[in-house]
Amino acid sequence: MQALYAQLLVGLINGSFYALLSLGLAVIFGMLNIINFAHGALYMMGAFVAYFLLNIFGIGYWPALIIAPIVVGIFGMILERTMLQWLAGLDHLYGLLLTFGLALVIQGVFQNYFGSSGLPYSIPDELKGGMNLGFMYLPIYRGWVVVFSLVVCFATWFLIEKTRLGAYLRAATENPTLVRAFGVNVPRMITLTYGLGVGLAALAGVLSAPINQVRPLMGENVIIVVFAVVVIGGMGSIMGSIITGFTLGVVEGLTKYFYPEASNTVVFVLMVLVLLVKPTGLTGRAA
Amino acid sequence: MPDLKMADAAARPAANSPAAAPVLSVSNLQAWYGESHILHGVDFNVKAGEVVTLLGRNGAGKTSTLKSVMGIIGKRTGSVAFNGQEIIRAHSDRIARMGVAFCPEERGIFASLDVRENLLLPPIVREGGLSLDQIFDLFPNLKERLNSQGTKLSGGEQQMLAIARILRTGARFLMLDEPTEGLAPVIIQQIGQTIARLKKEGFTILLVEQNFRFAATVADRYYIVEHGKVIDGFANADLQANMDKLHTYLGV
Amino acid sequence: MTVTTDDSIAVPPRAVHDEMVAFAIMTVLLAIVPLTGIYPFFVMQALCFALLGCAFNLLIGYGGLLSFGHAMFLGTAGYVTGHALKVWGLPPELGILVGTAASAALAVITGVVAIRRQGIYFAMITLALSQLLYFIYVQVPFTHGEDGIQGIPQGYLFGIFNLSNATILYYVVLVGFLFGFLLIFRTINSPFGEVLKAIRENEPRAISLGYKTDQYKLLAYILSGTLAGFAGALKVFVAQNASLTDVEVAMSGQIVLMTLVGGLGTVFGPVVGAFVIVAMQQYLSGLGQWVTVIQGSIFVICVLTFRRGVIGEIAHFFRRSL
Repeated sequence: MQALYAQLLVGLINGSFYALLSLGLAVIFGMLNIINFAHGALYMMGAFVAYFLLNIFGIGYWPALIIAPIVVGIFGMILERTMLQWLAGLDHLYGLLLTFGLALVIQGVFQNYFGSSGLPYSIPDELKGGMNLGFMYLPIYRGWVVVFSLVVCFATWFLIEKTRLGAYLRAATENPTLVRAFGVNVPRMITLTYGLGVGLAALAGVLSAPINQVRPLMGENVIIVVFAVVVIGGMGSIMGSIITGFTLGVVEGLTKYFYPEASNTVVFVLMVLVLLVKPTGLTGRAA
Repeated sequence: MPDLKMADAAARPAANSPAAAPVLSVSNLQAWYGESHILHGVDFNVKAGEVVTLLGRNGAGKTSTLKSVMGIIGKRTGSVAFNGQEIIRAHSDRIARMGVAFCPEERGIFASLDVRENLLLPPIVREGGLSLDQIFDLFPNLKERLNSQGTKLSGGEQQMLAIARILRTGARFLMLDEPTEGLAPVIIQQIGQTIARLKKEGFTILLVEQNFRFAATVADRYYIVEHGKVIDGFANADLQANMDKLHTYLGV
Repeated sequence: MTVTTDDSIAVPPRAVHDEMVAFAIMTVLLAIVPLTGIYPFFVMQALCFALLGCAFNLLIGYGGLLSFGHAMFLGTAGYVTGHALKVWGLPPELGILVGTAASAALAVITGVVAIRRQGIYFAMITLALSQLLYFIYVQVPFTHGEDGIQGIPQGYLFGIFNLSNATILYYVVLVGFLFGFLLIFRTINSPFGEVLKAIRENEPRAISLGYKTDQYKLLAYILSGTLAGFAGALKVFVAQNASLTDVEVAMSGQIVLMTLVGGLGTVFGPVVGAFVIVAMQQYLSGLGQWVTVIQGSIFVICVLTFRRGVIGEIAHFFRRSL
């Protein structure tokens, strides 16, 4: 039974990453109409920035949680300004191809310098250890990851759906030409939105570092699962991405307990099923 | 009647001063949408405090003209001067910030925003825009529907909202694209009254209308647009004299 | 992708005569390869990838669908043909048939699922489907997982042609490539091809004209997948193994890359692109992971500044159809 709860926890943790990553992907897709294939590589960069901060500058986990997303976010904004912007009028598929190329470049560079093995990043002292809950043993760091991810996801949802700033984002997603004709600097908004989405990915990377180690390839397989999450949830709603991300993480965890051979593939199988029954995804809005 | 007077009275232009340059001066405006050449040389002007109407059939190029002035059409050449400044190369956000407000034909009410968010969205570009209270005096329905999703409003209410939100910005030059399209006569009357009020307060308005009977109630001057060019123009005083021409041009 | 204005994937106008001349030139050049000193193994590999690229290109250039999972057809045919030859002892012609049939079946199954979405979603779905298949292949015993199927016998084609002879094998692969190429050529010049083109340019209009566009797209997808499988089956004889590398995401990425470099939507683009990419793999293999960086950079540069690809630019410059 312990094993089941342990697996559920792993599922929730993976779900946290799926939620944070698909949230970022959805926000970027909404504004830029680009599927950011580089999302996985930027998640990896977030973890690496945390690693560098610690090992080169002696800056620990807590500041890294803020610095890494900002650094990677700025890097993302530079990418958007110098390259993605040029694709604005073109077929959306070019965005996919460009970001795929960027992912290869980023990953390749890191692989050349750091190989394929994982670099260690230790859990911060304040979050070490665990609690005995009776039905299971809960490592504190892992509990923190889930709680913090939920908070960040909720905060992002609130920012977008309930605030004035979010209103600009929603309006620009719907009709960027009109928003610009009101006097809003929409190109700048787009760049900032890309930065936000990328920042979320980098944050997930920092959270992931103490658990999954810091490896150049850590983004590669996650990104494809996140794509499946996004297809299942539909990219129409922020809340949909969050809920789908967490849910699929849990489903994966449960599958690992009951039928381990299928754990790698269950998300994809679910994607196929959803596509057969409801092609626009669970939250329904069309592409 | 609630007072719509602007805080900065000096900002109101002297409408009948002969020396006053036109607020908007368009000359040989040509525009392309992708590969198609849609405007072939549009010439007209709008003086301060006037209501000028562009008349013409469907597809004549009236909406394209407004969009070109606003800077949201792909490629344009020629000259568009706003308050003496050339804006043919400018991006739409800069044009808006200069004091030009645009109310598109499809109204553009955002579905993912509620009425309040729609209303507050366009940023203030000049001092002296209408306050929320003044807006609710003009359009009482909006106050009751503040929390409704933008597109749940009726056609007429959406039109009110589209006009209301640009009045808040402080822009003094308004471009309204077919504000009465598809609306009930009662609402059309309301809109006519609103435009008359705005004109009285010194707004300059460029109107696109197919319904020239409505236009006649507010316009000072008309231009006829056909095949992407301005082919004729006359003042409201000469409307009766030009009725036959109008019938030919508009096919009504 | 509905309207061919400047913002859709650029497909140049066609002139069949130009293409037939180019085809003749290409065939002659390829036919004399064994007489030159060029390493036939390299050219054979390139030919298999060229056919793979052409099959992929059929789908994107004429169907308007970007498949990011085409490796699954390559790999599936490779595994099935390899298994058929090595374990069941089938003769080469039947091995190829079985492998191609397996890919066709896969194309039908995945097509039914994937065609339900358009554009970007279609790309993501094909990617996820091929990843699903990858994980299945990792676990299923007959693929031998990380080791792959090794030492696949080449045998005698039709009992006569000794495929262990490099020159004979080369001509067999060449014939296979030309057959596949001509099949694609015939398809895009047929009424079916015309309908596909109409769908790619303006799908709503095609629907309003009464065409069941989903069926046409599905057919194009199945044809594309089947031919990709055929290329994969041929490749088994060249490489004599079938491994996970052929089903990885990276492989799908290479397929996209070679078509992009050569020229999306051109007839000969994928061929040129395949030769470029295979050459790169050969000569840059010492650079390790820098190859990934280079390929990624090529993607980026091509998308930003070189969208027509090599053949596309040449065709545009000379105002010919290639």
